[in-house]
Amino acid sequence: MSKVPAAVIGVGQTHYRAKREDVSIPGLLREAIDRALADAELTFDDIDAVVVGKAPDLFEGVMMPELFLADAIGAAGKPMLRVHTAGSVGGSTAIVATSLVQAGVHQRVLTVAFEKQSESNAMWALSIPVPFTMPVHAGAGGYFAPHVRSYIRRSGAPTEVGAMVAAKDRQNALRNPYAHLRNPDTTVESVLASQVLWDPVRYDETCPSSDGACAMVIASEAAVAASGITNPAWIHGTVMRSEPLAYAERDQANPRAGRDAAAYLWRTTGITDPRAEIDCAEIYVPFSWFEPMWLENLGFAGEREGWRLTEAGVTALDGDLPVNMSGGVLSSNPIGASGMIRFAEAALQVMGEAGEHQVDGARRALGHAYGGGSQFFAMWVVGSAPPSN
Amino acid sequence: MRDVAVVGFAQRQTRAFDGSPNCVELLVPILHELWEQTGWTKADIGFWCSGSSDYLAGRSFSFVTAIDALGAVPPISESHVEMDGAWALYEAWLKIQTGEADTALVYGFGKSSASTLRRTLALQLDPYTLTPLWPDTVSIAGLQARLGLERGAWDEKAMAEVVARSRSNAIGNEYAVRRGETSIDDVLAQEMFADPLRRWDCAPVTDGAAAVVIAATDRLPATCRRPAVIVGIAHSTDAADLGLRDLLRSPSAAAAASGAGGTEGVQVAELHAPFSHQELILRRELGLAPDIAINPSGGALAANPMFSAGLIRIGEAARRIWSDEADRTLGHATSGAALQQNLVCVMEASA
Repeated sequence: MSKVPAAVIGVGQTHYRAKREDVSIPGLLREAIDRALADAELTFDDIDAVVVGKAPDLFEGVMMPELFLADAIGAAGKPMLRVHTAGSVGGSTAIVATSLVQAGVHQRVLTVAFEKQSESNAMWALSIPVPFTMPVHAGAGGYFAPHVRSYIRRSGAPTEVGAMVAAKDRQNALRNPYAHLRNPDTTVESVLASQVLWDPVRYDETCPSSDGACAMVIASEAAVAASGITNPAWIHGTVMRSEPLAYAERDQANPRAGRDAAAYLWRTTGITDPRAEIDCAEIYVPFSWFEPMWLENLGFAGEREGWRLTEAGVTALDGDLPVNMSGGVLSSNPIGASGMIRFAEAALQVMGEAGEHQVDGARRALGHAYGGGSQFFAMWVVGSAPPSN
Repeated sequence: MRDVAVVGFAQRQTRAFDGSPNCVELLVPILHELWEQTGWTKADIGFWCSGSSDYLAGRSFSFVTAIDALGAVPPISESHVEMDGAWALYEAWLKIQTGEADTALVYGFGKSSASTLRRTLALQLDPYTLTPLWPDTVSIAGLQARLGLERGAWDEKAMAEVVARSRSNAIGNEYAVRRGETSIDDVLAQEMFADPLRRWDCAPVTDGAAAVVIAATDRLPATCRRPAVIVGIAHSTDAADLGLRDLLRSPSAAAAASGAGGTEGVQVAELHAPFSHQELILRRELGLAPDIAINPSGGALAANPMFSAGLIRIGEAARRIWSDEADRTLGHATSGAALQQNLVCVMEASA
């Protein structure tokens, strides 16, 4: 039972905006899907199955929207799966689509993830009080700010590291035609001057709320060979790990589920030194400080050392390990799609199709997503060469 | 394909669960039962996958607390579909096919009684053109049943036969919320609920949860005497728009059956038909022979816990193999309005 090698042969994204009032929900998905199919030089007729992902249905007010979307997204008459694993869902969705190909069930699978957050208010959709459950007061920012404080206390990182991440990602976003936030004037100083929302997280260190969708076509080795695509992004490894929201001695600033996932991913892709062997990474950073936190969690830096990479410019577009070349979640955040955008941007890098935010000679890239209370993780490694494992 | 078998099954079904809005507490005794059945612990499980709905629970991320019920420390390889647990089983089956796991525990849960279910499900329809009219599940099924009566696809007696058999079969099912020795005349004597549907034609609102253990046949639990090997599993979807579909047909059900390798030789079929006439549609679409035993558990008309009822059909069908009652069985799940999405899982006693 060896896995069928699989690769990304098409990527499509919408323009991310606060409100995409120019399109319906099906229209939004089709914008991404049509671009992905065109990129893969395929039509709906070539697609065997569709895998849809999005975060909570309360964000749009439609229960299991893939049901009414089936026709618009080309799933009528085909198998369709709907994944929901909290914020990591965009990544998990790509992984489920990959497994359909790797299992040998299908040749070409279309996967799409989306969120049209302007249909509701995401912060309050996340803050519904639930009996017997710790409330998530004031949305995700209020939940994660104490983890950031804990990280700063432990690591002794200087205050401006968070601002450096935000300024870098917002500048990178200017090179990405799909990015939501485009503020050419953002600097470390301007970020530090912005309002504190949840101490120590400032307004400019926070992700926006976006409408958007991202789609990919994932193909088997045989389907890649039969296609006109000569630069596919081969999927070298995938992983998902979950842990409870709370348990004794849980480390919320450096969760074990993330560490375990990364260790599994490096082991199964034959990577012994991720810092040296990964050329660039798209990491889920909704609040600036999560860049140094995840650099440690992923094993790119030792414990309490992640901020030093950011401070030294290692994660800048021209650095040694560029992170969030697209501008990241800090610049575009349609929640259900954000994880898939990370996975797709990693693919674009090794396909050499990332345009103005292309990392020169990127051959192996990481896509990363997390969700819930830092408890659900999804990751993949893609490469320009077929997998050897 | 790698041979994978259903080797464990536990369920809880009740009319109205007196607990949290998502029923995750029910998973604790269910898991306990599965460890007893298999002799395994959570360390033996390579992959976990669940099905549930945020809208049913009335909150975002309803599945997050389920991770607590599992006791997922150390962290687990885990996923979730916003679908019935039957599709979670499909994802787990895929995972075993890739070789990344040898065993999986699949579960579904939901508290239908927390809201007015038929109205909540109206939110599954097109939000621009249909949901604003609030066509509820029972009314849509009523239109479908009426169409079948007027076109001569079935008659009142055929629907009543389904109801009488389901209720009578359910006598042996301790989890059924509706059961009792029932004749066709008893059914026809009931008053109309949503003409042409009587209350008994419609699945009862049910709370519950269920879980199934599957394993590659080279990694079976020692306790497993007669595994139910999955010989075919497939699913498909139809377009949603009720005005563009022939409501007397379910092409996705037929596609699922053929994708699963057909239904020849099946002796027992557990069909997830939330309305009596939908069983009649499914029998035709799945190509089931007339002598097949349908829903010995009583089926969805006896109990229909949302997001686990389809998974329960697979578990019930597997159980008939474990107990030597049958050599080849079928479990079916449905989702969406008027049989829009369907899954078929065919199982066989291993040689």
